[in-house]
Amino acid sequence: MSAQTTSKASPASFVSSSRWLLWSGIAALCAWVLVPIYLVALGALGGRQGVYQWPKTGLPTGISLDPFILFLKTEGVLQSFLNSLGAAGITVALSILLGAPAGYALARYNFHGKDSYRLLVLLTRAFPLAILALPLTVSFIRLGLYDTIIGVGLIHTVLALPFAALVTQGIFMGVPRELEEAAWVFGCTRVQAFFKIVAPLALPGIVATAVFAFVISWNEVFAASVLTVRNRTLTAYLLTVLSESPMHYRFAGGLMLILPSVIFIFAVRRYLFAIWGISSK
Amino acid sequence: MTNNRSWIPYLLILPSVAFLALLFLVPLLQTMWLAFSDNGLPSPANAQRMMADINFSRSIRNTFLLTLAVVPVQLAIALVMGTMVAKVGRGRETILWVWTIPLGISDLAAGLVWLSILQNSGYFNSLLLGLGILERQASWLSYQTPVALFFAIAVAEIWRGTAIVMVIIVAGLNQVPREFKEAAEIFGAGPWTRFWRITLPLIRPALQSALILRTVLAFEVFAVVYALGGRNFPVLVGEAYNWQNQNQNYGVAAAYAVLIMIISLAATLIYLKVIKVDPERLP
Repeated sequence: MSAQTTSKASPASFVSSSRWLLWSGIAALCAWVLVPIYLVALGALGGRQGVYQWPKTGLPTGISLDPFILFLKTEGVLQSFLNSLGAAGITVALSILLGAPAGYALARYNFHGKDSYRLLVLLTRAFPLAILALPLTVSFIRLGLYDTIIGVGLIHTVLALPFAALVTQGIFMGVPRELEEAAWVFGCTRVQAFFKIVAPLALPGIVATAVFAFVISWNEVFAASVLTVRNRTLTAYLLTVLSESPMHYRFAGGLMLILPSVIFIFAVRRYLFAIWGISSK
Repeated sequence: MTNNRSWIPYLLILPSVAFLALLFLVPLLQTMWLAFSDNGLPSPANAQRMMADINFSRSIRNTFLLTLAVVPVQLAIALVMGTMVAKVGRGRETILWVWTIPLGISDLAAGLVWLSILQNSGYFNSLLLGLGILERQASWLSYQTPVALFFAIAVAEIWRGTAIVMVIIVAGLNQVPREFKEAAEIFGAGPWTRFWRITLPLIRPALQSALILRTVLAFEVFAVVYALGGRNFPVLVGEAYNWQNQNQNYGVAAAYAVLIMIISLAATLIYLKVIKVDPERLP
């Protein structure tokens, strides 16, 4: 309210001062996100001396890639990195293969049970899904899936699939139905029309969905830790060795977890808001 | 579409239904059975054992306090971010990208990031020393400083989890037609009135899904706690993990899991009830 009275008194200075306020707020919030990442990177590249340096300046002094490479050479790190990639790959493949057809059905057809299906998908959101890994240990041991990348990929697909189905629904709705129908008129079968007309138009959105499925799997800690013993994913490995590893190893692990997902988020930044606008409906 | 092809949609959703039935519904029932059975017979033994555990009431209290502290702050920051970025023309994309970076960061990584800041010889203590507030290293993450540990975990969670709320809120704000705001302005509504009376009611669906998602995730808090405080700060999922992994007691772990599910479901229902989304009044 007081801002309004000032604006009547001297509009020009009010505009510039509110602009200034806006941009300093934005800058502060950007720093709030970025500075901690910068600091953990310093910790990861500073090695043992860096950890105990006191007081710290926050400047990039005494850093090199050597401590990080040493961390990568620690037994189990590289393997768990590959395991994480494997589990995420399985999650991406399964959630797109199972989710995209469902998304297409939701976008293009009216059928009995459509609402029940949507309810099932939305219901998964009200549950802490990773918890379901607890009873799965028993069945996975019986099926030979315990302590395998496939097992982890399967439970991560439970997390990513509902998301994939809802998002691909929105993506297919964005492809005009008329184009597809025109292809039918010109003699394409439904399958041909889908792969020649719909799929190319929907592809960027589907790639973005795949990236999200990847990030969901890459970051999941609980289920991966419960379902593996030797074939740990990177998160599960870091969680188990956490208490006995030195500080700079923990920071290196943190940085290693952050880097790929930051790059992926950058790759799909144009789709972020469209996707979440859809999936939160 | 056409009736003679009515089997097509069922064929398309069948794989995902089968998958979710096998790996969502079955484990859900299995968890409940594990929690409420003992040697193959229905029994409340696991639930009783869970409630008798010394960490039980502490983990409930900690998890609820954390959720209550974290979710409103995240929503507030997300609304501030959304309002700010709506006023920006050039540079909007870059700002939004920076703000969404934590979306790709796991809770374990977030815990490790804040560990580097808050450990004894970390940047936070260095800053306090530089400002003359501290004279020597203070520890914030031990069991002797439960309040500081609580704030450390809350800060890490706010740092990481705000991005998802922000993305959903901004997606919701993008759908609010400009005319509404302009009309309100013409009728003399100030920025505050516009925010409370126009914007907030119009983004109710986004608010609802952001709150549901974020609250369910907040009750699942685990790795960030573990990375910062080890076992000094018991939370519900952490207890489930310990009972399963350290104690090899699947029954009590399942009892915790059922408790977490009940709390998450209750929270979801409350949000659905309290934040009513009226489809008639949406833009």
